[in-house]
Amino acid sequence: MSGDDLLAIRDLTVLLGGRHRWLRAPVAPLRAVDGVSLGLRNGEVLGLVGESGCGKTTLGRTLLGLQREAGGEIRLRGRRVSGLAPASARVARREIQYVHQDAGAALDPWWSVGHTLEEALRIQGLRSGTERRARVRMMLPAVGLDASAYARYPHELSGGQLRRISLARILLLEPRIVILDEPTAGLDMSVQATVLNLLLELRRRLGLTYLFISHDLSVVQRLCDRVAIMYAGRIIELADARAIFEQPRHPYTRALLAAAPRLDGIQPSVRLRGEPPRATAGAAGCAFAPRCAHADAACRMQDQVLHAATADHEVACRRWQELVIPAADISCRA
Amino acid sequence: MLVLRKFLRDIPAVLGLAIVSAVVLLAVFGPLIAPYPGDITAAHLARRLQAPSPHFPFGTDDLGRDMLSRVILGAPGALEVALFVVVVALVVGVPLGLIAGYTDGWLAELIMRVTDVFLALPQLVLALALAELMTPSLRSAMLALAITYWPYFTRIAFAETRRLRTALFVDALAGLGASRSRIILAHILPNAASALIVRATIGLGFTILVAATLGFLGMGATPPDPDWGLMIAQSRTYLPGAWWYALFPGLAILIAVLGFNLLGDGLRDIVDPRLRRSR
Amino acid sequence: MSGADLLSVSGLRISIRSDEGVARVLDHVDLTLARGRVLGVVGESGCGKSTLIRAIMGILPAGAHVDAGGIRFEGRDLLRMTETELNRGIRGGRIGFIPQDPYLALNPVFTVGTQLMEIMRRHAARDGKRGSALRAAFRARLVALLRRVHLPDPEGAFGRYPHQFSGGQRQRLLIAAALACAPGLLIADEPTTALDVTTQQQILDLLRALAGELDVAILFVTHDLGVVARLCDDMSVIYAGQTVESGPTRQVLDHPAHPYTRALVACHPARAQGFAGIAGSVPSPLAPSPGCRFAPRCAEAADGCAHRAPHLRPMPQGPERRVDCRLYDPAARP
Repeated sequence: MSGDDLLAIRDLTVLLGGRHRWLRAPVAPLRAVDGVSLGLRNGEVLGLVGESGCGKTTLGRTLLGLQREAGGEIRLRGRRVSGLAPASARVARREIQYVHQDAGAALDPWWSVGHTLEEALRIQGLRSGTERRARVRMMLPAVGLDASAYARYPHELSGGQLRRISLARILLLEPRIVILDEPTAGLDMSVQATVLNLLLELRRRLGLTYLFISHDLSVVQRLCDRVAIMYAGRIIELADARAIFEQPRHPYTRALLAAAPRLDGIQPSVRLRGEPPRATAGAAGCAFAPRCAHADAACRMQDQVLHAATADHEVACRRWQELVIPAADISCRA
Repeated sequence: MLVLRKFLRDIPAVLGLAIVSAVVLLAVFGPLIAPYPGDITAAHLARRLQAPSPHFPFGTDDLGRDMLSRVILGAPGALEVALFVVVVALVVGVPLGLIAGYTDGWLAELIMRVTDVFLALPQLVLALALAELMTPSLRSAMLALAITYWPYFTRIAFAETRRLRTALFVDALAGLGASRSRIILAHILPNAASALIVRATIGLGFTILVAATLGFLGMGATPPDPDWGLMIAQSRTYLPGAWWYALFPGLAILIAVLGFNLLGDGLRDIVDPRLRRSR
Repeated sequence: MSGADLLSVSGLRISIRSDEGVARVLDHVDLTLARGRVLGVVGESGCGKSTLIRAIMGILPAGAHVDAGGIRFEGRDLLRMTETELNRGIRGGRIGFIPQDPYLALNPVFTVGTQLMEIMRRHAARDGKRGSALRAAFRARLVALLRRVHLPDPEGAFGRYPHQFSGGQRQRLLIAAALACAPGLLIADEPTTALDVTTQQQILDLLRALAGELDVAILFVTHDLGVVARLCDDMSVIYAGQTVESGPTRQVLDHPAHPYTRALVACHPARAQGFAGIAGSVPSPLAPSPGCRFAPRCAEAADGCAHRAPHLRPMPQGPERRVDCRLYDPAARP
């Protein structure tokens, strides 16, 4: 994390679900995000990869400002923007916008596309109806949509089109940082390409920075500059995309890469047992140790911290140097 | 239009619409349609208690008044009560439900507990009590019904708001910076409208029934108003001989309530945002 | 199409009447599945795979009409069977079904045990037992099955509710439920789409093992070519309701014949540089062309393609290897 990061996150912790109850022991909260430190550089595409329960969506929502932090700090262009209630946080972090995974559900089925898009501008204070209409009409072709989309309703459109509208809606607000939550989930392979190409094009044209949340490694590999792997609320590996996919150092990253079924049908040597955990209740030791084939007693007792393995490649594992990586497990380019 | 086509395929709903339209038409044009419009007040003792005949298709009552005209002229009163009660219930109940649904904390709790209290009040007993305080009249009946009906709409608005509050598009709007009032009024309310419209339509029918009951008990309309429930009450002395005296007002109530119920059910199916189409 | 085939679908054409008009959802679908083999049915969204499955199970929606073709299972014509006949022996009995979304497929208000026992009561052989002895026998069989699908704590599972299990565990439950009555055919409708990649790996391994151990044939519907490569012996590719190509998986993936299959394989990240898509979009089933439905998007399309009657014919490699394209039709004009 360097001083010129656009968005700097230090020791971020987010707790979810704690409840006080009458006459019974309170429900302990889960550490959905557990001490995450990360820097988002201007203009880059940073991939955030992990399976369900790892905290990536919570992290995304927290950065946006809809979820309150329990600890740690967020700085946008050097200015502290953490520690605020959701409404004020959204104002302070207006340059950050979020595109939801389920593009169709993120649109109110009651209103037409044109109305929904104009509303985004109205919320931001643009009063002139003519001005709003003009901007919306300009935005539609910019995201590859036909002008006729203006009058349509969400249920009349395909998944790919809905995604473009979600994009259009936040682009109208001229953000600097866009958090993309699984932008290709549910899309056919042939449609994914168009959406991804659009994202790259928009980044180039509008000077955007992306935080790309996904569990789809093949997409992340091709789109992202750097990748962070998340497990149980912690970042366990952070490096350039190429390094992650060609030289994964953490056992979990290896298992993740090996799990994707290959087109040539070759079986990997690594098979993970068990399920990805729900965010731990702050237990000590490496969160991955219960499932790790290489864990020893020290792994189970000491918390693993992200440290530099080589320049620009951080990993949270004390035994990374001892691990040998078979070639068949490395790339998902089969 | 897609909505219209879907509605027209639903026969009970179309029937309901036809009945409701007829009731509304009768209410509006009653005096012009009724063969003996003067029979609200005029008495013709010479032709009292005559069985249905070509001159008097519904027969005559104990004061010789034409039953057909009186039944027709009873429509405006019934509709007026129904509309008043339901509109007041909506105006009071829905905002309370929206607020309780969207906020957490003491306000929501307070609203819902007050709602529970009012739901526990028996309509008829309250009407009787109010009639004691004011004089028994259609006005006291309307007031009593309105006071006891708003909680149903609060409950529905509350449930819908709670459900929609966690919808993804509400989350997305919050992410864009939309204010609470915008989310509630422009987004949650239209999507909750379907449940509310249906309940309101059925509520109109239900209120007609309850108003008729109050009229029957003498707690609502007073003679010589052509109130359907009142007519049934007055007919009791002359049963079973003058069967037409009770039958036709009773049928009027039955058909009106049935019509509103069928229409309400039909609306439930078509007030669905997914049927909205661009032109 | 030999007599040893467990399931054979021939020339199936199905249309569905809706508010918008008549949609010709399936137009000439051909497939065969032999005992103990795994067949992957591959297609993108809107290709008609769900309708195909529903046709086999006999649960087509109201307004659906079989225009032509037949479905034979174990020598019987499924389309001619009545509801009662289908319910008594076929559904749940001879054909097991694994649905797509493990989160929605189980009834949340009943325990897992209740739901599993209900299946046994409906379809399983009684071996002359009754009453509590029968229940005990069913329970024993179910516990053994749950153990076989690697569900942790099978005995305890009976008393728990669906929401107490993770997605992967629920999918195992559903697999066990589908296998409860020792069916000859398992139909799996994208059962791993909603799962994490490491969980998907486990479930695919499980299905592969079960297919071998229990000699049950699997019809596996998916849009993911990697999954087909991992699990399926044979594959059949469907585009817009037409079967375009079929054959042993390795042959089809390594040497795709039909232009659509070639484009699909080319899109896969293992083969694609950057982001490759397929230009154009899937045609609406409401206004289909009479001939090949891929023609508008096909680089090799000729004038006659739009009117060419569909006909899946064998290729030189062998009778199992079939394709429906003018490029391989000796009778078609070049």
